[in-house]
Order: sequence, then structure tokens, then C-alpha cells
Amino acid sequence: MSAGTALAVEGIEAGYGGAVVLHGVTVAVPAGTITAVLGANGAGKTTLLRTVSGMVRPRAGRIVAGGADVTGRRPEQISRAGVAHVPEGQGVIAELTVEENLRLGGLNRRHAERAAGLADAYARFPVLERRRGLPAGTLSGGERQVLVIARALMSRPRVLLLDEPSLGLAPRVVAQVMGLVRSLREESGLSVLLVEQNARSALSIADTGIVLNLGRVVAAAPAADLAADVSLRRHYLGF
Amino acid sequence: MQEFVEFTLGGIASGMVYAAIALSLVLIWRGTRILNFAQGGLAMLTTYLASIVISRTGSYWEGFAAGLAAGLVLGAVAERTVIRPVESKGPMNAVIVTIGLLIFIEGLAGIIFGGQYRSFPPAFSIVGLRIGSFSLGISRNDVFTAGAVLAAAVILAVVFRYTPVGLRLRAAAFGPQVARLLGVRVGRVLTLGWALAGLFGALAGVLVTPSTFLYPNSMDAIFVLGFTAAVIGGLDSPVGAVVGGLILGVVLEYVGGYLGSDIVPLFGLAALVLVLMVRPSGLFSAATTRQV
Ligand SMILES: Nc1ncnc2c1ncn2[C@@H]1O[C@H](COP(=O)(O)OP(=O)(O)OP(=O)(O)O)[C@@H](O)[C@H]1O
Ligand SMILES: [Mg+2]
Repeated sequence: MSAGTALAVEGIEAGYGGAVVLHGVTVAVPAGTITAVLGANGAGKTTLLRTVSGMVRPRAGRIVAGGADVTGRRPEQISRAGVAHVPEGQGVIAELTVEENLRLGGLNRRHAERAAGLADAYARFPVLERRRGLPAGTLSGGERQVLVIARALMSRPRVLLLDEPSLGLAPRVVAQVMGLVRSLREESGLSVLLVEQNARSALSIADTGIVLNLGRVVAAAPAADLAADVSLRRHYLGF
Repeated sequence: MQEFVEFTLGGIASGMVYAAIALSLVLIWRGTRILNFAQGGLAMLTTYLASIVISRTGSYWEGFAAGLAAGLVLGAVAERTVIRPVESKGPMNAVIVTIGLLIFIEGLAGIIFGGQYRSFPPAFSIVGLRIGSFSLGISRNDVFTAGAVLAAAVILAVVFRYTPVGLRLRAAAFGPQVARLLGVRVGRVLTLGWALAGLFGALAGVLVTPSTFLYPNSMDAIFVLGFTAAVIGGLDSPVGAVVGGLILGVVLEYVGGYLGSDIVPLFGLAALVLVLMVRPSGLFSAATTRQV
């Protein structure tokens, strides 16, 4: 992999029990860019993110994050290597308060940085500061999405894995979330692997993209090219 | 009036011991959905250790400290050696392992220490306190018992709520998958939960044994009552465990005082069955469903 690659997934084979879901998937996220992962239901998008973050162990292939080979490591180790995974269905811890959820994201940073990180999060997301003492379970869907992204950022990750951040959100909120992801890339040089069913929104902010079908990469190209490919759109992207 | 005060205060003192056992069960249940049937057995072992240290050194407090420290270590060791290997096979397997562990521990204690009853000293005088001629029905040692459990529970609550390690403990209990993705070493946190449970069990052991004597099965009855208290509190809630212990302690004391002590054990079991039938989620459980 080149020095400018934040995340390299090379020939990953992975699945659940006896079922192989990913058949030799390769994708690279150049540092400071957004790579969209598109595909229909069941294509293996979530499985790809789970494999990168260590929730699913690959049977073959290699995963390199921030220059370190993390293949086969456990999720807590991969998190410490600078990869933050925001799971599908959001994953706020409903019983903890908004602030505790945020703090949880920053626990592995040094003490002084934690406080600064929290202040940053509140400055960027005032809605979270207003709700800081409430159980996270009381937030709306959009607020939860903001919370889980803010929580992931608390660890200062180099690579952010986002699984369907637009799921269940109103179009206006989807646009806000996409705008947020784009601005994170621009301001802090974050590298993002963005899984989306909503291909149009994802390609509008991504630099490159891949299309998965039945666990195989069927297209990999700059985002604009994917968005312009009529046949791809019709067969795989649905817009 | 005199009797009522005596029963109430006496109930609070014994209820706090049930609360300590209940807390030890809750600490493990909320993180792992495992009910640790060996908790009483472990507490019996640590109380034997405390007893040995007291007779060797002549110092109650050295024995007390040794018992609690042994509880921490034994809890952690139990989790690492016998629970961890079966953890991935589901909570039911682990629960059965804890029952096996209990039988093993009690058998081992019988071989090492013999079956005879030993007395275990109280920390303070067990002479009943009185105000003027008004008897309170509790001793200085009862006050210590209640105060020690209360202090431990308050410290636990503060650690849970205000420290990073407490946040990790709660996150691992409420959302283990998410916690791991955020870098929490959930395995270590679970071990810590078992260690803390061992500590509370050990505390209950040294506090209750002066009134029960020490023998290999000495904690069995207390365990059942502690379990009942935990169920009343919803098994999930540390506050519920303490309140459940207090309710059970006071009710059992009234039953024993007003209706006769013969039916207390029966009533304790009846209370357990009743709570399980009427409100299996307990009085304090948040009873939320979760998706990750
Ligand atoms: N925990 C699991 N155990 C067994 N099979 C699973 C599991 N999770 C997913 N699968 C299977 O793996 C395949 C890919 O699922 P995956 O969740 O990765 O797809 P996806 O692209 O994220 O779909 P969606 O767009 O619906 O989220 C599917 O066939 C699914 O049934
Ligand atoms: Mg998915």
C-alpha cells in the first residue's frame, strides 16, 4: 500500500459460521478522502465494515489501517489503532446520558485531551450540549446519529467507518449528516469509509466509491464516474 | 411500639447483609446475564480465611481486610479460570458451571476445615443498644454491619457514576458490542465486575457469620435471601438490590417477631416465588429492550 493510504483492505474473505459473505473484497481509502461502499440489501456492506473493525474475523486477506497490519485483531485493539466504527442502527447506549456516551468515546485519550474533546464536540454540536444530561435513549433519530458520529470523533480516529448514517432519517437531516461528513474530511483530513443504500447522497460527498454485489466488488471508480454510469445506476444503485 | 422499633432496626441490619449479597449478584448479572450460584460458597471460603488470619494475628481488622481482599481476588480468578472458557457458549452453561463451582468449593471446605461449626467474632459488641430504658433491638455490631454495607454501596455508586472505570463497567453492561468498538476492553471489565462481586460477597460473609457460625454450608441460607433481595430489586439495579435487601430484611423481621420465627425461612421462599410470579422483572428494573 502507498504511504497515502489510510485504510487498505486486500482480498478479504469473511462471513458467519459456514456462510462466506465476502469473496475477496479489495478497497483502499486514500488518506483524507471519502470512499463510498454501495450495493443492494445483503450485498455484504455491513459485513465489510464489521470485518475492518474486528467484529468479524477474516478467513483470508489483509487489513492495514494507518500503516499497521490489524488483520485478525480484536475490536478494542483496532479501535485503539485509530479506526472508529459507527455501526448500523446507530448504537447509542440508551441508558447512559448523552455526555456519558461522548465520554465513552474519548476514554482512551489522555486526561487533558478528553476535556478538550468534549468541549470541541459541544462547540460543533450545540444540540448535544443542550441534551447532555439526558439519557441518550430520549434523543430523536437525527440527534442520535449526530451523537454517535460525535462519539466516534472523541477518539480522534484516522479512519471513520460509517454504516448507513442516513437510515431512517428525514431527507433534510440526511443532507445535514452528509454535509457533516464532508466537512469533517475537509477540516480535519479524516478518512471515511461510508456505507450507504442512499447512493445518490453518498456519491454527492464521496471522492471514490465501490459497488458490492453478493460479496464481490463489481465496480470501483471515482464517485463522479459511478454517478454518471447509467447502466451501473440502473442495475446496482437504483437511482 | 418498643417491639416495632426493635424489629424495624433489626430488619434494617440484617437487610443490609442481604443487600450485600444481592449487590454481588447484580454486579455479575448486569454485565453477563449470569447468575453466580457460587457467590455464597466463595464468601464462605473468604470468611474461613478471615477466621484463620484473626486467630493467627489476634487482630479482627487484619482478618476483615484479608477476607475482603481474598474476595476480590477469588472473584477475578473464578471468572478467568472457570467462567471465561464457557462464556461463549451462553449464560446457561456458565450458570451451571457456577453451581458446579459451589459444590466443589463446599466439598473442598469440608475436606480442609471439617464440618464442625466454628464461631466467628463480631467487630463490635453484640450487646443490645438502649436509649435510657428503651431497647433499640440492635447492637453496636449491627450498626457497624449496616454502616459497612451502606458505605461500600455508596462508594460503588460513586465509582459507577463518576469515574472512567465506572463508565466502562456500565458501558460493558449496557452495550458490550458498542463498548468494544469504542476501545473498551470488555473482557477485563467483566473480570473487574466479578472481582467487585467477590468483594461484596466477602463483606457479607464476615458480617453475617458471627450470627450463623462458620461451616462449609454456612452461607447457603443467606445466599437464598440475598438472591430474593436481588430479584425484588430487579437483578439489574444496584439501588434495587439495596432497597430489595432492606424490604426483605424488615419484612422477615416483622414476620419472625409477630408471627413466630419458625415460618421465616418459609416466608423468605414464598416471597421469592411471589416476586417471580407477580413481577419477574423486579420492582426497579428499567426493563428496556436493546438493539445494537
Ligand atoms: N450475524 C449474521 N449471521 C449470519 N449471516 C449474516 C449475519 N449478518 C449478515 N448475514 C448475512 O450476510 C449477508 C450480507 O449481510 P450484510 O448485513 O453485510 O449486508 P448489507 O449489504 O449490509 O445489507 P443491508 O443493506 O441490508 O444493510 C446477508 O446474506 C446476510 O443474511
Ligand atoms: Mg448493512
